[in-house]
Amino acid sequence: MKVFLAFLKKEFRHVLRDRRSLAVLIGMPIVMLLMYGFALSTEVKNSRIAIVDLSKDEVTRTLIQRLDASRYFTVTEYLDNPEGADLLFRQGKARAVVVFQEGFQKSLLHTNTASVQIIADASDTNTGNTVAFYISSIIRAYQDELLTHQKLPYRIQMEAQLAYNPQLKSAFNFVPGVMVLILILLCSMLTAVAIVREKETGTMELILVSPVRPWMMIVAKAIPFLLVGLINVAMILLISYTVLGLPMRGNLLLLVAECGLFVLLALSLGLLISTRTDSQQTALFISLVGLMLPSLVFSGFMFPLENMPLPLQYISKIVPTRYFFNILKSVMIKGLGFSQVWKDTLVMAGMTVFLLGMAVRSFKMRL
Amino acid sequence: MPQILKTFSLNYCAHKTKIQMSNIIEATQLTRVFGKFTAVDHISFSVKTGEIFGFLGANGAGKSTAMKMLSGLLLPSSGKAQVLGFDVYTQSEEIKKRIGYMSQRFSLYEDLTVEENIHLFGSIYGLSKAILKEKTDALLVQLEFVDQRKTLVSNLPLGWKQKLSFSVAMLHEPQLVFLDEPTGGVDPITRRQFWEMIYAASAKGATLFVTTHYMDEAEYCDRVSIMVDGRIAALDTPKALKTQFEADDMNEVFLKLAATSNLKII
Repeated sequence: MKVFLAFLKKEFRHVLRDRRSLAVLIGMPIVMLLMYGFALSTEVKNSRIAIVDLSKDEVTRTLIQRLDASRYFTVTEYLDNPEGADLLFRQGKARAVVVFQEGFQKSLLHTNTASVQIIADASDTNTGNTVAFYISSIIRAYQDELLTHQKLPYRIQMEAQLAYNPQLKSAFNFVPGVMVLILILLCSMLTAVAIVREKETGTMELILVSPVRPWMMIVAKAIPFLLVGLINVAMILLISYTVLGLPMRGNLLLLVAECGLFVLLALSLGLLISTRTDSQQTALFISLVGLMLPSLVFSGFMFPLENMPLPLQYISKIVPTRYFFNILKSVMIKGLGFSQVWKDTLVMAGMTVFLLGMAVRSFKMRL
Repeated sequence: MPQILKTFSLNYCAHKTKIQMSNIIEATQLTRVFGKFTAVDHISFSVKTGEIFGFLGANGAGKSTAMKMLSGLLLPSSGKAQVLGFDVYTQSEEIKKRIGYMSQRFSLYEDLTVEENIHLFGSIYGLSKAILKEKTDALLVQLEFVDQRKTLVSNLPLGWKQKLSFSVAMLHEPQLVFLDEPTGGVDPITRRQFWEMIYAASAKGATLFVTTHYMDEAEYCDRVSIMVDGRIAALDTPKALKTQFEADDMNEVFLKLAATSNLKII
């Protein structure tokens, strides 16, 4: 026990003395959160739109006013014909162009129909979709108002409800995503690099010829990173709750427990990497290519897994971050309990046992 | 007696009387194979308790591998070896408790202070707090490191680091110490101080197993073995080796032996 404490003290000194790394460890999550939160937002806010009003009547004026007044859009240009849309898109001056047909009001009053064309710049697919969706919602809202004054015999009223995230806030997606990335980076990459560093400098040899059991050193090595990981989790949750307005719907205890399991999984991965590599560069490279990229691509954080070709979907099934991302979203945002995430939890637990077993096996072989 | 030894003949004489007839290391047909490469090829030798045993050989001759097997870092492929009466296959933990080890590369923690390194390794070998404090103070005075107590090891000159590294390896008063090229890259003055430390340790009863590339250092050893291509090509006192190979110094002995190597490393 005394030996273990001596090791623990040493590991904390390593982490605390390396001020630059420590700043990165603590600063990276905040920077990532703010980056995703403000710079890389997929929300539509004050998008510039152009109007082609071929009718110029009372109804179109009201609609244009409504679009402009909403917090999603600002009307910046008026065109005489729809052909100008292309140029605006290319210059990036507008996200969408709304075209009202000639004699809009007249047509609406006499034939009960009038058409609006929404041309959205879909070079950025998500934004294009969202913009078109918002514009049509605003128009539909106006239409519904009109209908309340009139009685029509048949009418199907459509109402789409966006559950859990009615305002389509991108924070709901990226906060779990950032947490996944931070934890896998911290707990596996840093652990792997820290252990391999001891091999490189030769201190590992000194420890191995001593009567100390290697597991002692490894556990001691993992603890500071685990602590930093948990501090980061707390920090991320706090910032998302206060600054980004993220809800905390599920059980906090369950969330922390799942984070703990994922950290264990990441630590085992890091350990496995460290037993198979001899230089810090290799460990770093394997962690980056082998962990960070799959974590980004196959967790469902950036790209929906359902849309991937089948082979890629199968690959995603062996990427641990996928399960953790799912759990985080389920617990934090949907407020689901353990009964809904036990399958993902079981997969993660299985992976942890497997990786740890592999790591211990290759560690023994090296002795 | 070489010139340098006269300055510490006191320790030298004390050391000479400590050599006993019992063997602290006994290796028989010890072999280690890496894939198709035989790093250590059926070597048999013994080291007497209390002696300073020089372990020489060109780079890649198998010195480090042999040393690692004897210190419990690496399992042999075949053969037998006993260190301090313990079997290297089954009792490596017992061996590890009783030996000191200083590696080829300087290997204390660079981002810890002198004192913190001493404390860490002292704790690893189970020294109590009181003893550790006493030893640290004595050590710092002896090395003239008192002012460097709180200096980060990374800020020390290489020679100082090596001396500290050796002292840390001796902290728990091991009966047997393995030194893997302890003086590599060190200036002549520090090398000389280093050998004074080795003799002092020997005078206190420790057995030292030293690998080196410096042939003048080989002369300071009681017995020297020279490894060529994983085998022990010669083993005797420096004086006997010089007579046997009709050489003026150990350098010549080494070159004559290394010339027979398949690797032709000269």
